[in-house]
Amino acid sequence: MNKIQLRVRELKKTFNNRLVFNKLNFDLNSGDRFVVTGKNGSGKSTLIKILGGVLTETAGEIGYFVDNKKIDRENFYKIVGLVSPYLVLYEEFTAFENLSLFSKIRGLKISETQINEILNRVGLFERRNDFVRTYSSGMKQRMKYASAILHNPLVLLLDEPNSNLDQEGKNFVDELVFNFRKDGIVIVATNETQDFKYGEKIINLDEYKNSNKTF
Amino acid sequence: MNEFKRVFYIFYKDFSSELRMRFALNALIMFVIVAVSTILFAIGSERAPQNVYAGMFWVVVFFSAMSGLSRAFVSEEERGTNLILSLLANPISIFLGKFLFNLILIFFINSIIAILYLTLFKDFIIQNWNSFLLAFILGNIGIAGSSTIIAAIISKANVRGTLYPVLAFPVLLPLILMLIEITKSAIDGNPVNDVSAEFMVLISYDVVMLTASILVFDIIWRD
Repeated sequence: MNKIQLRVRELKKTFNNRLVFNKLNFDLNSGDRFVVTGKNGSGKSTLIKILGGVLTETAGEIGYFVDNKKIDRENFYKIVGLVSPYLVLYEEFTAFENLSLFSKIRGLKISETQINEILNRVGLFERRNDFVRTYSSGMKQRMKYASAILHNPLVLLLDEPNSNLDQEGKNFVDELVFNFRKDGIVIVATNETQDFKYGEKIINLDEYKNSNKTF
Repeated sequence: MNEFKRVFYIFYKDFSSELRMRFALNALIMFVIVAVSTILFAIGSERAPQNVYAGMFWVVVFFSAMSGLSRAFVSEEERGTNLILSLLANPISIFLGKFLFNLILIFFINSIIAILYLTLFKDFIIQNWNSFLLAFILGNIGIAGSSTIIAAIISKANVRGTLYPVLAFPVLLPLILMLIEITKSAIDGNPVNDVSAEFMVLISYDVVMLTASILVFDIIWRD
């Protein structure tokens, strides 16, 4: 069991000269579930991308500490699983091929059976040999979850977690978030009030346009 | 060892994707056929000086690189798959995987160009194969390296198509000039020692280009 900490200090992001958020500070620890909300354009997706290490901040810093050891930014991908509307999988491959390639690139020792189990968990086992381009938007959303949990991440970043999902899919997300590994962190970015249940702590990015507010 | 495997599997992903989608291969092969045919018809039964063939050979190589090698990053950006890729591996592995793909692609295409030249142009006779093959290998590494990093830069821009040759031309010009000099020398049958300075420039170009690319790629990739 690992102990993870996320420290965000004085985080600021601008696009050209437009301020997205400023002076964002928070700490999260193993077992925390956190919701990020705000109006359209408030920077929820931007924050998720920065926390995932795929976008750089303008100022401030973020740091992940696993067992008190700081994780280099280029290694964030090892501990983070991300689901986002901006995430697009390789549509020329089947669901199984996508996950198989991802596990090989990540250097995971995962058997075909384990990949099939993940596909079964997200409800895509029956369609595992179909090309992703033939999937509906809800099925593609399920595939994003499969790719996010493939490496059993310590940090789960979910941007609009229930978009395009049917009730069965939403139940899967509930199960995933509420039963996520006890030593992990879940961060959910959403506008939907019914998704606020995912977090014990909630942050509204609209309050961080020029404030000194700390969480 | 894990990093080597990671680089290989990123290459393997692109290779499998290329086999199914033919983003670059079809465009490159068509370009090579059209370019070589045009030169062949333009020359007709005339006999151009042998030195001209060296220039024409590398001009076709340069423009084939322009027409195909940018796809490595542009296709990821256009399809939106750059996000999933950046969640799978560190930036250095991604760059090296893409570089390996471009390197193999350019070796394949340039081998076709060389075979077409040697078969169709009777005056394109290489007399010093050691010199030509060494230049061919070092030239392909340089072209693949610079094309890969330029592709990464232009994939973030709005006007990708026009920007690629504009950026690539000044970067590849010194390389192409050295390659033309060495190829001329190889056609004349001069020993490798005669063009040792050009080979030094080629080796330096390859080392500098790859090192600089690895150093700056992280910044380019994340924003």
